[in-house]
Amino acid sequence: MAELTLPASMKPVAGKTFKAPAGAKRLKTFKVYRWDPDVGGNPQIDSYEVDLDSCGPMVLDAIIKIKNEIDPTLTFRRSCREGVCGSCAMNIDGTNTLACTKDIGEIGGEVKIYPLPHMPVVKDLVPDLNHIFAQYASIEPWMKAKSQPPSRERPQSPEERAKLDGLWECILCFCCSTSCPSYWWNGDRYLGPAILLQAYRWIADTRDESAGERLDELEDPFRLYRCHTIMNCTKTCPKGLNPAKAIGEIKKLMIERR
Amino acid sequence: MASHPRPTSPHLQIYKPQLTSATSIFHRLTGVGLAIGTLVLVYWLIAAAMGNEAFDMAETIVGSVIGRILLFLWSLAFFYHLLNGIRHLAWDAGFGFELPAAYRSGYAVIIGTVVLTLLAWVLGYMARGAF
Repeated sequence: MAELTLPASMKPVAGKTFKAPAGAKRLKTFKVYRWDPDVGGNPQIDSYEVDLDSCGPMVLDAIIKIKNEIDPTLTFRRSCREGVCGSCAMNIDGTNTLACTKDIGEIGGEVKIYPLPHMPVVKDLVPDLNHIFAQYASIEPWMKAKSQPPSRERPQSPEERAKLDGLWECILCFCCSTSCPSYWWNGDRYLGPAILLQAYRWIADTRDESAGERLDELEDPFRLYRCHTIMNCTKTCPKGLNPAKAIGEIKKLMIERR
Repeated sequence: MASHPRPTSPHLQIYKPQLTSATSIFHRLTGVGLAIGTLVLVYWLIAAAMGNEAFDMAETIVGSVIGRILLFLWSLAFFYHLLNGIRHLAWDAGFGFELPAAYRSGYAVIIGTVVLTLLAWVLGYMARGAF
């Protein structure tokens, strides 16, 4: 069921404020969600003043600077710092995106940073992704072919390969799934946009020979049909992909095969 | 291991309202409103079947200022749900998923709702000789 508000114990409260050193000219305030499993209690919103004159252009640059120079306890995931790994997905300025490709200059006023929405928080900006990766495993994201493999690779024409464009680029950052109100309310059983886009990636692959079984697995009021075409997924995807369209294609296939 | 149970991260409270989610939630809300409004329609029809006295009373209630305001909102909900329903049909047929198209159709639904509602009311009042 939809819980529109958080329980009182999970509501963030005002936390600490870290002022910039004197002499800093171009100040930007970052308000960051903090929660420490060793301390417990309500999550806190800490404020950090950052001098943009000594900081890189992206939000990830700012939070690395905060961790290095202001508060080493700040915890977040990051790796590639160029939008290919999907580790630094978080809610910045009200929408989900990758901190490494989000320009600080695009954000007016204070920069509000939260973990990906409606997820169990491990610590600070680190959400627990175990459930969503289990959902990913459930769609069996590998090529399943029954026919005897040819002596070399399975060939694919350029046209067949083009069907995977807009699908293979997904980096599993889960910005889309955690932007989806339907996934918030029914994420226990609804697979969500990221996983359904991946499911379609294998259905659309001409080398895969299990489209029928894959559709059988998805034909379920929750797994697939909790998608109500809200389109928050497509709106938020930091890679510019279109999970809503991929889900629409699956729904179309469901009707066409009747 | 975590010594305290993990909190759920904030969601609806912090997510930026945007056209995509707004048109969706209004589709649901107007659907609920229309269901309630249909009860009023049923009452009006029953009153018509019951005779003059009951029908006069129904006309007085529905025609009162509050009745007309509710009727206006109901018509607004009707045209919104109708137009956004067509938008959903297009999606179900596989059209209009690109973000610019989804935004265009979203704004078209909002503008169309206002235009059709006003048109219906102007025509309605004209038919009754109000102007």
